[in-house]
Amino acid sequence: MTEQLLELHAISKTYPGVTALSGVSLTVHRGEVLGLIGENGAGKSTLMKILGGVVAPSDGTIVIDGVEHASLTVKSSTAAGIAFVHQELNLFENLDVASNVLIGREPRFGGFMNLIDQAALRKRVKPLLDRLGVDFGVNALVEDLSIAQRQMVEIAKALSYDARVIIMDEPTSSLTLTETERLLKVIGELRQSGVSVIYISHRLSEVMACADRVVVLRDGQRVGQLDRGAITHDAMIRLMIGRELKSLYIPPKAAPREGGLVVDDLVTTAFSNTKVSFAIHRGEIVGLAGLVGCGRTEVAQAIFGVDPALGGRVTIDGKPVKLGDVHSAIASGIYLAPEDRKRSGLVLDLPIVENVTLASLPRYARLTLVDGAQEHKVAEEQSRKLKIKAPNVDTVALTLSGGNQQKIVLGKWMSMQPNVVIFDEPTRGIDVGAKSEIYALMRELADSGVAILMISSDMEEVLGVSDRMIVMHEGHVSGLLDRNQFSEHNVLTLAVGGTIQQEAIEHA
Amino acid sequence: MLRKELGLFLLILIIGAITAVLNPQFISQINLSNLANQIGLFGLFAIGVGVVIITGGIELSVGSMLALLGIIFLDLLINHELAWPIALLITVGGGVILGTIHGLLVTQLRLQPFVVTLCGLLIYRGLARYYTADSTAGFGYGSGYETLEWLVSGRVGVVPNAFIFFVIVCLIMSVVLHKSVFGRYLFAVGKNEEAARFSGIPTRLVITAAYSIAGLLTGMSAIFFVFYTQSVSPSAHGNFYELYAVAAAVLGGCSLRGGEGSILGIFLGTVLLQVLQNLVNMLGIPSSLNYTVMGAVIMLGVIADRELQRRRMHKIMLDSAAARAAGKPASAAG
Repeated sequence: MTEQLLELHAISKTYPGVTALSGVSLTVHRGEVLGLIGENGAGKSTLMKILGGVVAPSDGTIVIDGVEHASLTVKSSTAAGIAFVHQELNLFENLDVASNVLIGREPRFGGFMNLIDQAALRKRVKPLLDRLGVDFGVNALVEDLSIAQRQMVEIAKALSYDARVIIMDEPTSSLTLTETERLLKVIGELRQSGVSVIYISHRLSEVMACADRVVVLRDGQRVGQLDRGAITHDAMIRLMIGRELKSLYIPPKAAPREGGLVVDDLVTTAFSNTKVSFAIHRGEIVGLAGLVGCGRTEVAQAIFGVDPALGGRVTIDGKPVKLGDVHSAIASGIYLAPEDRKRSGLVLDLPIVENVTLASLPRYARLTLVDGAQEHKVAEEQSRKLKIKAPNVDTVALTLSGGNQQKIVLGKWMSMQPNVVIFDEPTRGIDVGAKSEIYALMRELADSGVAILMISSDMEEVLGVSDRMIVMHEGHVSGLLDRNQFSEHNVLTLAVGGTIQQEAIEHA
Repeated sequence: MLRKELGLFLLILIIGAITAVLNPQFISQINLSNLANQIGLFGLFAIGVGVVIITGGIELSVGSMLALLGIIFLDLLINHELAWPIALLITVGGGVILGTIHGLLVTQLRLQPFVVTLCGLLIYRGLARYYTADSTAGFGYGSGYETLEWLVSGRVGVVPNAFIFFVIVCLIMSVVLHKSVFGRYLFAVGKNEEAARFSGIPTRLVITAAYSIAGLLTGMSAIFFVFYTQSVSPSAHGNFYELYAVAAAVLGGCSLRGGEGSILGIFLGTVLLQVLQNLVNMLGIPSSLNYTVMGAVIMLGVIADRELQRRRMHKIMLDSAAARAAGKPASAAG
């Protein structure tokens, strides 16, 4: 337990304009499970990428077996016995388990013909599977395995590299309860056999169940450590929060009005056995918080109709909206500024003008022919209103910055008659100046009577911009917060949900 | 935007000029008139295939469709003695139906366009051969369709009607593609189907319509070809023609990734292909090298285009970097 395997010393990582990590130190001992927690964007992933050799730190050293390194490569990281079990599994579905475990390192025979020695391959993989006690064989095709079983294949792969440290990033996000228990048992067995595990999870109860020690990151800094006895829900949450939040709040000009969006028992394809209900009034900005993967985006896309809904009703001012049909959603004035704007929000190769009018083109057409002058007029008007920085509206969207691209997406919807606008991560990848412009635009829209739903993983944003907040956990609404109840503690408590959602809401 | 087309036009002029110098016969009235006829015949369905390519799909069955529809048309006209307008309508309608089926298979069953239309290529060829028991069908002593015959194989002065018709179709399709709502949707879907869907565009309908248009134009082509060849031997009629169409579209600037291309480009692509065919004859190059010449020119064209594209992207990146650098202080101040 005392033998130190790995030490990260004062690691920093800066990207232009952003500090992802500053002076984070971390040690991993032989045979321990280290929990690594923090909010979305606290720097966990960056830190792990540095360990995996994918990202080089800007500053700091990595000490492995007493040898100092300024940075690692994927190769040297693997050679040092560091292995990943990824959130998205990296397996070849078309190959069997044995081939996946030893991919790229297959035992060969036949000299120059370089044939794969299938018998030896299986003989080498079998003991690894036995060690994990799995319920499938070396010959099983990966495409026939469940997510939990695939994870075991990943772990077997890690063991095949003689891994001494296995990093698991949100390993249970797609597992059932029993599968999670199985995984935690396997982690216990790995610890017994001297393998260390770095366990990254938003699910604090799992961290409590398996970690020997917990390190907490916040805003790229290490803010604390909890030893075995001190690991409690509350202690973890207290460490995760508590930074200075800048006030971004622009109060509404008037109280929320009658009418708006009502979502009733909506069932999304991602969480087919939970129902989501909430209402947003015209004139208010409602934040939708929750941890990554809690089903926020799925709810938004079901309301907007790009994803089918398995059940439920959506109404605007009492009038029902046909589900699973983008066209009807748009016709009723429900608009979505999607999370992945480069993929879903914009046609990057088209000019600003064509992007702005894409959703309402028939309006600028006479006898189905597009009236270019009219179209330009509208695009120029939006461009001026939204202060889009571009030489002219014929500029291709690809060449603009993230903030300006987001403004094009907004221009597309604001040139129509919005009733409800859903913003999914409205300012991700956008610089500070453009961010506050977008917040001001959202408030302006709300003041003009639009109901606004804002999905955000950015705590500062969701606390600072919303009038009210809905918090989701694993596909269901775990709580509603009014502005006077807003606090990081309350949001996180609801977001990690589970059984503690009944906990008294602390007034901020 | 038009730079690509201009380049293609210049290339055609240069190749034409060189051929004319080496063999003045090339610019004789009779040769040019025949060349125009060929351009009309091969251009018509190339436009259809080009429209499908713009959606990011492919249409490989046009050659076989030409044979099958040609056979059906002859059968209706000669053996069943239907009035020509009815036979024509059924044939063209058959093309639309086949194209629509392809579109539905692609959009509703989410099959790959390559596979769907490859199956079409095999199925229609087989059906055409079965229909006539593999024997050649011709006009024989049929009559009563002289008007149609003049319309599709006649000439106005020295200009073949096929070419005139092709030009008219090009003009109409130019408006549809470059001016209409449908055309805008077509390019948006081809470039980014996801974003188009997120903008409420009926993407499946747009894609299906593209295949229907290809079917329509192929159906029309079938009539022209029947009168051009005067007979249809089902195992050879239209063989490889789908590749002429793909080649013309690619030469004309359509990207197989979708979202790019123009009617003018496809027009010029067809012209270049037919000029190359003609040049092989004119310059006494062994006709067995016909395809080789074509393939080599397309390859060079695509390489040149790639290079131009790369430079354009490079310039865009430089410009946007400059724009951002210039925009930064402004946003910080504001």
